[in-house]
Amino acid sequence: MARPPPTLARHLLGSDPLRRAIYIVGLMPAVWTFYLGLMDQLGADPQNVLERTLGLWALRFLILTLAITPLRRLGGPNWIRYRRTLGLLGFYYAALHLTVYLVLDQGLDGAAIWADIVKRPYITVGMLAVTILVPLAVTSNNASIRRLGGAAWAQLHRLVYVAIAAAALHFVMLAKVWAVEPLCYAAIVAALLAYRLAVYLRPRHQKRRATEAVAPARSAR
Amino acid sequence: MLIKHSCDVAAADITPRGVYLRRRDFMAGAAGLALAAVAPIHAHAAPLAAAKSPLSTTDEPLTPRKDIISYNNFYEFGTDKDDPAKNAHTLTTKPWTVKIDGLVGKPAAYNLEDLVDTAALEERVYRMRCVEGWSMVIPWVGLPLAAILKKAEPQGSAKYVAFETLVRPAEMPGQKGFGQPLPWPYVEGLRMDEAMHPLTIMAVGLYGETLLNQNGAPFRLVVPWKYGFKSIKSVVRISLIETQPPTTWSKSNPREYGFYSNVNPAVDHPRWSQATERRIGESGLFVKRRPTLPFNGYGDQVAGLYAGLDLKANY
Repeated sequence: MARPPPTLARHLLGSDPLRRAIYIVGLMPAVWTFYLGLMDQLGADPQNVLERTLGLWALRFLILTLAITPLRRLGGPNWIRYRRTLGLLGFYYAALHLTVYLVLDQGLDGAAIWADIVKRPYITVGMLAVTILVPLAVTSNNASIRRLGGAAWAQLHRLVYVAIAAAALHFVMLAKVWAVEPLCYAAIVAALLAYRLAVYLRPRHQKRRATEAVAPARSAR
Repeated sequence: MLIKHSCDVAAADITPRGVYLRRRDFMAGAAGLALAAVAPIHAHAAPLAAAKSPLSTTDEPLTPRKDIISYNNFYEFGTDKDDPAKNAHTLTTKPWTVKIDGLVGKPAAYNLEDLVDTAALEERVYRMRCVEGWSMVIPWVGLPLAAILKKAEPQGSAKYVAFETLVRPAEMPGQKGFGQPLPWPYVEGLRMDEAMHPLTIMAVGLYGETLLNQNGAPFRLVVPWKYGFKSIKSVVRISLIETQPPTTWSKSNPREYGFYSNVNPAVDHPRWSQATERRIGESGLFVKRRPTLPFNGYGDQVAGLYAGLDLKANY
């Protein structure tokens, strides 16, 4: 089948109709929340609600990317071809979350932002998470996999474990008390990371099967 | 933004000038509140007459009532900002007694009406600065705490005032179940001179009506130059004591919250910058931060209380 010329929409959304649908549906919470904010329907502190909603969806999409391999290996459906889509959605939400913080909340006040990053641990940790996501998002395409080679690419993308742990920690740390909701998210992230650790610590002959998880991602297009 | 200020009724429109509260009026208000508890979907505040106070902040627009009654930190009803407005209707505030004990000549369990009777109700418009970096301008209705303390006849040895919030898990969902955020009762404290300061009031209403439960009904402290968590809600006990009392947030996290907790842009908080604040109800999504003022802008009146005290060490 002849490939149509790449367009911006194709570049951003890909050619698979289901992937496109995931992008469009996945971005709805951002569009809807922003719309509600413009209509003054987000309550007394709309900026904070927008900021938190975007951050929460970033964490949710990152969690989904981590859930795909265990789901498949524990007998569920294989959604590996949608992992990149979900990961990029997570990145887009993290970037929007950061943008709201930098532009709306802090008004691009460089000194205030820097003070936040160095003095407030939850912001330090959040910045770490979003910084790690940048190279992962930039290399979330087949060309990068080919250029880096599958093994190096997979190695790089294991950084998502650090990013998601930092994101969950960021959420826990920003509450004044041990709040239930961030702890639930942290528990889910901990379980998904513990699964990786268990696979990693497993005897060698069993491990080959675990690394297969990477292979379909390499061939996905 | 389109419907902003739709509920922004000027306090002057609902508060007749020069009308002083009589015991009867407050009783009627309290009865209205009791009725509201029976019909929990829309808790109704009852009108409350109060004279305007010259101690009010006059140069800033009031925060819309809808925001003041829907955006609250009152962990006894849940930790989300909208939890108190959703859950607080279950609280019965009538009858309400306040135990005043410790170093006083007349320790007793006072009926709230008798305490509110000690002085004329006034409308006090104050800025309220939350430690989380947001602020409001609230037209409280209340009376000086000093008048209430004098009724109980403080002894010369009393150096501090300790306050306690109600503990009633059956009516305060945040006080029961697994994973409670704070130890109960919520406790707060002031130095005696802070408590006797004319700016320090016990509020029974806002926007010309009795307090809704989410705002600390029926009787709460308001200390405008300190972070909001010092202004303890639904107070049931006031103790005059010789030594500095423990306070809930400084017990929970001593590194982040001190006893004084005066609004101070120069003292950094590990979680939020205190240099600026977001005014609730202002400009919607695109609200810009404004600088936070030392003592929340009440320095002229209260800075003298802390002469010689290192405010960075005593945060």
